[in-house]
Amino acid sequence: MRFHRTYTSPSATTFNDRSCEAGKERQTTTLLEADDVRRAITRIAHEIVERDRDLSALAIVGIRARGDALAARIQAAIRANEGVDVPLGAIDITLYRDDLTRIGYAPVVRESEIPFSVDGRVVVLVDDVLFTGRTIRAAMDALVDYGRPRAIRLAVLVDRGHRELPIRADFVGKNVPTAAGDDVRVHLAEVDGRDEVEVVTRVHA
Amino acid sequence: MKWSRRHVLDTDDWSRDEIETVLDQTRAMIEILQRPIRRAPPLRGRTVILFFAEASTRTRVSFELAAKALSADVTNITASGSSVEKGESLYDTVRTLEALGGDVVVMRHASSGAPYFVAERTDAAVINAGDGWHAHPTQGLLDAYTLRDALGDLDGKRVVVVGDVLHSRVARSDINTLVPLGARLTLSGPPTLIPMAWRCGQLPPGVMYESDLDKALDGADAVIALRLQRERQESGLLPSLREYSRVWGLTLDRVARMRPGAPVMHPGPMNEGVEIDAAVAHGSRSLIEKQVTNGVAVRMALLYLLAARVGAPDGAGAPAPLEERA
Amino acid sequence: MSVDRRALEAKGYLVVPGFIDLHAHLREPGFEDSETIATGAKAALRGGFTTVCAMPNTEPTIDSPGLVAELIARGGAAGGARVLPIASITRGRKGRELSDLVELAAAGAVAFSDDGSPVEDPRLFRSALEYARVTGRPVIEHPQDLALSAKGVMHEGAVSARLGLPGMPAAAEETAVARGIALAKMSGGRLHLTHLSTAGSIELVRRAKAEGAPITCDVTPHHLAMTDDWVAGSRAFAWEVPDEALQGVPYDSSTKVNPPLRGHADVRALWAGVADGTVDAIATDHAPHASVKKEVEFDQAAFGISGLETALALVLGGVRVHWAPIGAVIDALTIGPARVLGIDLVEDDWIAIDRDAEWLVTADELQSKGKNTPVLGRTVIGRVVHVSMAGEARLRGRREGNAEAVGRR
Repeated sequence: MRFHRTYTSPSATTFNDRSCEAGKERQTTTLLEADDVRRAITRIAHEIVERDRDLSALAIVGIRARGDALAARIQAAIRANEGVDVPLGAIDITLYRDDLTRIGYAPVVRESEIPFSVDGRVVVLVDDVLFTGRTIRAAMDALVDYGRPRAIRLAVLVDRGHRELPIRADFVGKNVPTAAGDDVRVHLAEVDGRDEVEVVTRVHA
Repeated sequence: MKWSRRHVLDTDDWSRDEIETVLDQTRAMIEILQRPIRRAPPLRGRTVILFFAEASTRTRVSFELAAKALSADVTNITASGSSVEKGESLYDTVRTLEALGGDVVVMRHASSGAPYFVAERTDAAVINAGDGWHAHPTQGLLDAYTLRDALGDLDGKRVVVVGDVLHSRVARSDINTLVPLGARLTLSGPPTLIPMAWRCGQLPPGVMYESDLDKALDGADAVIALRLQRERQESGLLPSLREYSRVWGLTLDRVARMRPGAPVMHPGPMNEGVEIDAAVAHGSRSLIEKQVTNGVAVRMALLYLLAARVGAPDGAGAPAPLEERA
Repeated sequence: MSVDRRALEAKGYLVVPGFIDLHAHLREPGFEDSETIATGAKAALRGGFTTVCAMPNTEPTIDSPGLVAELIARGGAAGGARVLPIASITRGRKGRELSDLVELAAAGAVAFSDDGSPVEDPRLFRSALEYARVTGRPVIEHPQDLALSAKGVMHEGAVSARLGLPGMPAAAEETAVARGIALAKMSGGRLHLTHLSTAGSIELVRRAKAEGAPITCDVTPHHLAMTDDWVAGSRAFAWEVPDEALQGVPYDSSTKVNPPLRGHADVRALWAGVADGTVDAIATDHAPHASVKKEVEFDQAAFGISGLETALALVLGGVRVHWAPIGAVIDALTIGPARVLGIDLVEDDWIAIDRDAEWLVTADELQSKGKNTPVLGRTVIGRVVHVSMAGEARLRGRREGNAEAVGRR
C-alpha cells in the first residue's frame, strides 16, 4: 500500500499539437519524397568531400534525434564513394538547451557518443532541420566540451529560415521558405519507418 | 515517461518505469563524466544546498561533484561547527534553508522521517541522502544501476543482502529499487539484526530471510554486504564482532558459492576483516569502486530531473513539441 | 430554570449521564503552555465529560495534601467539568518512596498513579498495592516495561520495520500487565490498568477477572480508532477501507503516543473487550502539548494525543460498524469509570449527543490548548450538543453558556 503522498503534478496529456487550436485548418504538404531525401543526402556527402579534400581530418557528428541517423547515412555515402571510413559520432544537446529553466520539466537526456578525439579535426555537425539556430548553438557548446576542433561545419537536410542567432549552414539539402507557425516534419526510415519531409501549414480562413 | 516527482524522499512508492527512467538518465550522465571536460550546463544559476546534519564525507562529496558537474552552485550546511551542532531545531534550520533560497536541498539526518518534515515546509526540491534507519534512495538507485550494468536484466535474479538489516537504510532502499526491477532479495544476518516483523514472516513482497549465509549464497547472482557498526556488540545485540565475522563475514570461500562472475557490492565505508575480507573487497568480483563512480552519475540524473521542476507552476510539464525548435 | 431533557430527546439526540474521564493530563501546575486546568476543564465539557480526573505528573508532582487541595480549588474555579485529583503513588513520581497515601486520600485524591511512568520496582509496587487498601482508592498503573521498550517511538511491527523507527513491542506492555495482575492477586489491592493497547493485554485481564482478581482496566479512544499505519501516513480509521484519499504525510508526530498505536488485530481485540465488559472504562489519556514539543523530528517529539474533544466521535465510529453496542460504550464512559473510582454518578450531570452531526476538526474548533491530534483536518461524526451540570446548562450547541445566559431566554 502506498503510504505517503506522492508529490506529483497533474499529469500532462496531449503533446503541443498546434492543430488543436480551434477554428484553424491545417494543411499538410510533402516537401521531399523518399527519392528526394536520398538524393539530397548523396549530394551533401559529395559537397563535404569537395570542400575538405583531406578526409583524414574529417569527422561527422549527428545531433540526436534524427540528425544522428542522417550523419550515419552521410558517413555511409562517403565510404561508398571514397572508400574511407570517416569517424562518426552522435551528440545529445538536451543539457545544453537554453530553455531548460523555462519549460518546467526535464526532457529525457540520451547518451552522447563521440568515440574519437575532436582535437584538430574538422567536425561536420549534422541535423535534420535548421530553424532558429538554437539547437546548433547548443551542439557547438557541447562539442567544445570534448576538445578543440580545427573547424566546425554544419550540414542540414532542410533549412527553413527564421534564424534567431547568427548561425548558417555550410551544406543544405533543401532551402524551404516557411511561416514561423508552420511545422516541418522530417521522417526517416531508421526512426519513423519511411523517408519523407512534410510541412504542416495553418490555413487562414 | 514524464518525470513528475518533486522530491526524492524514498523509492518505496516508485513504479518500475520511474526507476528505469533514472537509470537511463544515469547512463547519459556517466558519458559526461568520461569527457575531457566533465561538465554540462543544465543547472547553471541553480543552487544546491547540502544539509548534512549527520557527518558523511563520501556521500556529501559525491553530491557536491554531481551538482558541480551540472554547473550548479553548491552551499554546504554540515554538522560540525554549524548551528545544528549548537542545538538549533530542525524547524529553524528549515527556515534558514528557505532564506538561503536553494533550489534543491540534499539532506542527511539521523532521524528517520526528517526529510518529510523539511519537504512539507520548504519550496525547494528535497533529496534524501539518508535519514536514520529509514531510506537512502540514491544508494538504492546506484546499487540498482550497478547491478543492472553488470548482470543485465534483473528479472528473476537473486540478490543477497547480508548484515545489520535492522539499522540499515541502505538495505531498505535496496529492497525498494531492486524488487520493482524484478530481482528477488534474500536478507541474511543475525536474527537480532533483522526487524522482528520480517523475521516472523511479515516480509515485503519479493524478499525472504535466510539466517544461514552459506545457504543464502548458494547459486546467488550477487551479494551486497552491509557495514556492521561496532556499537551493535555494545548494545547486546551481538556476542562479538569476531563471531559475526566468522558466521556472516564475506570470505573468498563464501563468495565462491555464488554463480561464476556474481558480483560483490558494499555501500561503504567498509570494516575490512569484519563484514568483508580485504581479498573479497579488492577482488575480481568487487564492484565497490564502480558503485562510487555510478553514485555521482545517479545523483546527477536526479538533480537534473528535480531541478527542472523547481519553480514550475503546477500543470507545467507539457511534453516537448513533436519537433524540437531547431 | 433548567432545560428540558425530553425536548432534546424528542429532537433525536441521545441523552445520557455526563461522561467521566479517568485519565487526563491538565498540565497545571508547571506546563501551562500546553494546557491549564481552566482550558482543560472546558475542553472536557466540549467532549461531554462532566467529570475529569487529573493525573499528577505536573511540576511539582501532586504528592502532598496541600497540592491536592490546591488542585481541587483551581478545578472548582475553572468553570468547566468537575476536576478530581489523582495523587502520585511515589514521592515526586521517582519510584523510590511511597507518598502519604492515606493523607492524600483524605485531602481528596480519588486514586493514585505515577502515570507517565510505571512503578518499576516490583517490591515497591507490591507495597503500594497493599498499603493503598486502607484508603479504598484504586492504584492506577501505566503498564510498561521500560527496558524492553527503551528508545521505542512506535509499535514494533511491520510498519516500524518499513519506516526504520525503533519499536515498542507488545510484550513490553504485556509483561507489565502480567506483573501487575500477579501482584494485585497476591496483595488484594485494587489495581486499575490504564490505556491498555494490545490484544494480549486484554486477554490477560479477561482471564484474571475470570479468576476473581481485583483488576479493572481502561482503553483510549485513539487506540480504538487508529492503527500504526497512521504513523506511515494513513488516515483511515480502523473500520474504514484504506483509500488514497485518506493519505497524509508519514512521520507526523501527532501520531506519536505512548502506548503506541498498534495493529489492526489489537484494535479489534480492544473493541471485543469493550463489548464483553473486560474493559471497564474508556479514558482519554488527554495529553495536550504546545506545538514546540511536537513540531520536531518524530523521534524527538513528545508522546501524546489531545483527546478530550474527539473522544466521542472516535468511539461512535466503532459503534456504527457494530464492533460494540452503544450501551456498552456509554457504560464505559459513565458507570464503568464511576465503579472504578468507587463513586456514584452525579444525578443532575447529563449530556445530549447528536450521533450524526458531522464536524471538521480544526485547531480553532478545539477548545484545548493541545492541537496535537492526528484527526486534525478530518471530518468526524458525532458531537455533544448540550451539557448540564447540577441541573444547569453549561454548554449549548457549540458554545459554553452559563445558567444566567440560558435563563434569559
